[in-house]
Amino acid sequence: MRMKRPIVYPYIPNSVPETRSEMLDTTGVKDVEELYAEIPKKLRFKRSLKLPKPLLSEYELKTHVHGILSKNKSCEEVLNFLGAGCYQHHVPSVVDTILSRGEFLTAYYGTNYSDMGRFQVMFEYVSMLTDLVGMEVAGFPMYDGSSSAGTALRMCARITGRSEVLLPETVSPLRMKVIENYCRNSEVKRITRVSCHPDTGLIDLNDVKGRLTPNTAGVYIENPSYLGMIETQGNEIAGLTHENGSLFAVGVNPMSLGVLAPPGDYGADIVSGDTQPLGVHMNYGGGTCGFVAVRDVEEHIAELPPLMTSIADLEEGDGFGFNVFAWAERLSYAARENAKEYTGTATALWSTANAVYMALMGPQGMKEIGETILQKSHYAKKLISEIPGLKTPFPSAHFNEFVVSFDETGKTVSQINAALLKRRIFGGKDLSEEFPHLGQSALYCVSEIHTVKDLKKLAKSLKEVIP
Amino acid sequence: MKKKVGLIVNPIAGMGGKVGLKGTDGAEILKKAILIGAEPEAPRRALQALERLAGLRDELHVFTCPGEMGEDALTPVGFEHTAIGSITPGATTAENTECAAREIVASGAELLLFVGGDGTARDIHNAIGDQIPVLGIPAGVKMHSAVFGTTPGNAGQLALLFLKGKTVGTREAEVMDIDEDAFRDQRLSARLYGYLQVPFERKLVQSVKAGAVGHEDTAVRGIALDVISNMEPDSIYIIGPGTTTREVMRILALPNSLLGVDVVLNKALVANDVNEGELLRIIEGKPARIVVTIIGGQGYLFGRGNQQISDRVIEGVGKDNIIVIATKSKLLALHGEPMLVDTGNERTNEILSGYVSVTTGVKEKLVYRVSG
Amino acid sequence: MTEEIKLRNYHAQVWDEPLLMELSVKGQRGILVPEAEKEVKAAVGDAEDLIPANMRRAQPPDLPEVAQPQVLRHYTRLSQMTMGNDVSNDIGVGTCTMKYSPKVNEQLCATSQMADLHPYQDESTVQGILEIMHKTRDFLREISGMDEISFQPTSGGQAVYTASSIVRAYHEANGEGLKRDQVITTMFSHPVDASCPATAGYEVVTIMPDKDGYPDMEALKAALSERTAALFITNPEDIGLYNPRIDEFVERVHAVGGLCFTDQANANGVLGKARAGDAGFDMCHFNLHKTFSSPHGCMGPGCGALAVKKHLAKFLPVPAVTRDGKNYGLDYDLPHSTGKVRDFYGTAQVVLRVYAWIMSLGAKGLNEVAEIAVLNNNYLEKLLLAIPGISESYGEGRVRLDQIRYSWEKLTADTGVTTEDVERRMTDFGVQAYWTSHHPYAIPQPLTPEPSESNAKEDIDYWAAVMGQISKEAYAEPEKVKSAPHRGITTAVDESAALLHEKCMFTYKKYKRVKEGKE
Repeated sequence: MRMKRPIVYPYIPNSVPETRSEMLDTTGVKDVEELYAEIPKKLRFKRSLKLPKPLLSEYELKTHVHGILSKNKSCEEVLNFLGAGCYQHHVPSVVDTILSRGEFLTAYYGTNYSDMGRFQVMFEYVSMLTDLVGMEVAGFPMYDGSSSAGTALRMCARITGRSEVLLPETVSPLRMKVIENYCRNSEVKRITRVSCHPDTGLIDLNDVKGRLTPNTAGVYIENPSYLGMIETQGNEIAGLTHENGSLFAVGVNPMSLGVLAPPGDYGADIVSGDTQPLGVHMNYGGGTCGFVAVRDVEEHIAELPPLMTSIADLEEGDGFGFNVFAWAERLSYAARENAKEYTGTATALWSTANAVYMALMGPQGMKEIGETILQKSHYAKKLISEIPGLKTPFPSAHFNEFVVSFDETGKTVSQINAALLKRRIFGGKDLSEEFPHLGQSALYCVSEIHTVKDLKKLAKSLKEVIP
Repeated sequence: MKKKVGLIVNPIAGMGGKVGLKGTDGAEILKKAILIGAEPEAPRRALQALERLAGLRDELHVFTCPGEMGEDALTPVGFEHTAIGSITPGATTAENTECAAREIVASGAELLLFVGGDGTARDIHNAIGDQIPVLGIPAGVKMHSAVFGTTPGNAGQLALLFLKGKTVGTREAEVMDIDEDAFRDQRLSARLYGYLQVPFERKLVQSVKAGAVGHEDTAVRGIALDVISNMEPDSIYIIGPGTTTREVMRILALPNSLLGVDVVLNKALVANDVNEGELLRIIEGKPARIVVTIIGGQGYLFGRGNQQISDRVIEGVGKDNIIVIATKSKLLALHGEPMLVDTGNERTNEILSGYVSVTTGVKEKLVYRVSG
Repeated sequence: MTEEIKLRNYHAQVWDEPLLMELSVKGQRGILVPEAEKEVKAAVGDAEDLIPANMRRAQPPDLPEVAQPQVLRHYTRLSQMTMGNDVSNDIGVGTCTMKYSPKVNEQLCATSQMADLHPYQDESTVQGILEIMHKTRDFLREISGMDEISFQPTSGGQAVYTASSIVRAYHEANGEGLKRDQVITTMFSHPVDASCPATAGYEVVTIMPDKDGYPDMEALKAALSERTAALFITNPEDIGLYNPRIDEFVERVHAVGGLCFTDQANANGVLGKARAGDAGFDMCHFNLHKTFSSPHGCMGPGCGALAVKKHLAKFLPVPAVTRDGKNYGLDYDLPHSTGKVRDFYGTAQVVLRVYAWIMSLGAKGLNEVAEIAVLNNNYLEKLLLAIPGISESYGEGRVRLDQIRYSWEKLTADTGVTTEDVERRMTDFGVQAYWTSHHPYAIPQPLTPEPSESNAKEDIDYWAAVMGQISKEAYAEPEKVKSAPHRGITTAVDESAALLHEKCMFTYKKYKRVKEGKE
């Protein structure tokens, strides 16, 4: 009978029996069991974990997982018109290359002296992002666009000492779920919705006026809004907000800011959003990369939760380095004593992707991609609106997304999308449950990756599935 | 441009301890100490601290006193220095200390180091108050003041970091002194003299996983805000002395006695600097609460610097109505030792012992041990 | 250890690489993007005209203009100036559980069937990823001893925050939401165990360790009351001691009607050895980017998988991943859910890696992970305690699990060399700076190494040899350590600038203005 040698795991070098023995000797124990002596017997897990038989060879593992993943149909195989907060854009090859650099992929805690490279990347990301959105200061990236909006609102409350916030009714219900959860039992005690004009989808200024109170900490809008419209009344809203002593927060899609005015230009105090469109693959929603940016005002910076990196001189010589976790003690202001939220691991790797992306695109690239997207999405809207039975109810200018109504077809968006799927198309996001007053509507998103052929195919397919 | 630092050495500090005497205030005691064979401790302590500053030697200019009050300690370590004034060797006095301190401030020094005990701290406080940061290199036997480094080496280390501009701020720390005569009559009585500005090391290591670390001032303010926001209407609040408790009075915009006990009701002042008798009268038949913090470097909650809040007052208010406040850094500076109470009444001490919930910030508490 | 360990004459890569903005040359392009086709342009006109006049960007964004090879070089160089786990020994980075992130998992994540999935795609087109999420859920249920899992939180912190939200929802459902306003935690638990409940509106009560370093049971008793909503505790704590009375802690909290959550950031040593569920906890979480091998990415993205017992499952964020026979789906119909903590479903690609990692190891493999992690740590302990100036905090004579918090207190008292000095000197030998301690610094001059199971004996020997060398230097020539690093990327940075807002420069624009004397 052959003695079965224990398995040596490639990821566990000391699983070699001889090494294990040697180390046990040095440690002075006979069996690893002795090292668990501090855990009382009654708390010990006595049986084996019920897990599948392992796939020890890399080949078998890869084949197995590929087998499961092949049940997915990606947006490379299917023509995709979904947006609604996650966007398909071309990810430049240089971005993928840099992101696969093992140094960036596997770093975590480090100092300027060992890890200056990644802190320089972070500094460059913050510098470029703040320029793009028209603000002056930001920190490490946060989680996603919705939780960033939640933070922006809580910051408004902390800075002003007030506890109410206003949000437009066009903010998506799923985003509201995140914001409401985050604001529960916080400095924000009340969230009030502001109405939008039913025909344009733009914010009703009179309603804003009517709902501002002495206890309003902040007014938050999205530009473009969730339903795609470009909000044109930024200046007016800023004016009303500031007159009331409140702060003005704007949520953006950074991809639009090569062509659209950044909120910093129309009076925003805080800008939040998600930089996933800037060089990050969708990853089934795992590519989100939130941010919150403010102006260079001490009281505002003091309320930012994330870690922040500052460039600094060297003590000797001309060079520069980074103070990795700068201004850790943000100075005392009225609301500073309240919980400054929390921070930690978030989405830093994606900010590296964003930095490389913005570096490659430059001002011209961001402008050109914005123009391409505008033209293609308006073209798609035009084609769709010309299909009998379909309507594009909002005449307002939009960036990459617009609403399509299927009410006149008698079919549900669900049915339409199922039929489109058979033609290898992901139709726009179903809005019928989120915004019932829009009936059977869907949110269609167009990107620079859509060719005119793609758009014509969409139009043709819609025509086919309507009757 | 060299950095200017001051150094004052009390040559007889610490001599009593080794030979069983408490302190060396007063020429009589000193004579006794020398007779029994007490050796000067101060020079050795000074050296331990100065060694830590060796790396900065070329950037420092030290203002000090002649001979055994400073110069003698500096020469062996080669620090560039200037000796101020004159002394009578073997018969140095508190006045020497006070003059030197004033001169050192006038010279533009950014830090004053001294080797000594509570007595020397008291003398320096008398002379210069909180005009410049002061740090004590411990050498006396009795150190109730909170102005000392934990060891001479650590004091030197702290001075080094402070001079290099690294992660060190200053905060007010209590200067205490024991009434010598009372002590030798078997009675313990410590007085809160005042405050000195003392460097302390803020551990600025941002917790990578949890967000911004609070500044000491911010923490103090937060604590005070928490106390105020929880104040019950129509309840007397006895506010003990201390920098943390003082913030309560400051935020309420009420005059406060720096070193004494004040009384507040419905956020208005009832009385300043009251004694035990006045307190007992004020709380008679009324709901009352006591707000106290640790005073001095030994971690006393009751019995050092706030004896007006006596056992009878505590009994009248009730243990559950005592609100203890302190910053986390002050609690951590106790290095795991319990907070102490010495009301003079064993039963009261017993009642106060156990665990208490200390307010360390807005909606933030730390459960800490109290020992009688 | 009989042979002398040769320390590397490492030198950090010093490219003296300018900031990207200084590489900008007007007109250079890093990439070109598609233009709208002729017929599109003909149909809709100029892009500018499609934007209302007052919303047109007046000035192009002030981004640098750099050609493609130059961008590639710049960032590649910066990567060479970063000491990731792929290149360096990071045994020192304790509490972070640095371990090997298998490259095969990176390849799987890069496939289009993961990277190019949109979260709102029809469920029939994402059965693969849903299956993986559901199966990994089953794995973690087994590993934790809990009943339901959510992968939505992106980090440990977000998981702890979600747990705080669930605590609130639970007590509100019982009509005790207002009454129960306190959460208890311990000094050596992870700081998020305090800051997340605080973020969720709770008053946080911290209990100190007893003289042996365990959370003080008497202090817990004093802290418990009808105001107690929950206990949030890390076990084993950062100092590496498993609390043998943890079940008693849980019982006492339950007795007053509170819930119990355990932060399993330090789970690496107990996989398959002890389960949170068995100790009575209602909830726990795992850092999938620590214990379960997903790479750290310079601080994310990660995943804080939250595991709960049956009675709390209804409060988990929406949507839940469900299975009906062979079909997987997303269920939003959870009326008691606390809502959502972030957009979409979490970091699905991280879950994919975890699935693959667990499948490559199996039950025996996970046991091996835990055992070797603990063996490595105890082996390192022997080596380190032989070094002059170092000591352990608490736990005299007790066996530790996956990490230990040591102290250089004696070294500092003897030589004046501090833990920050040692941290700067060690990178001269090609090892990543160590993690000192979480705030607050209850243990003086701390360091917290964690030699996870991906470290070979040689790596551990080397790391200990580096510590030994630095100790030697501290006693013989302390200035050498104090003025370190000597072979780092830069010489000393002006740290005083980090303390004050006025001296902080968070962007290039600000930096330039300061340099030009305009500020």
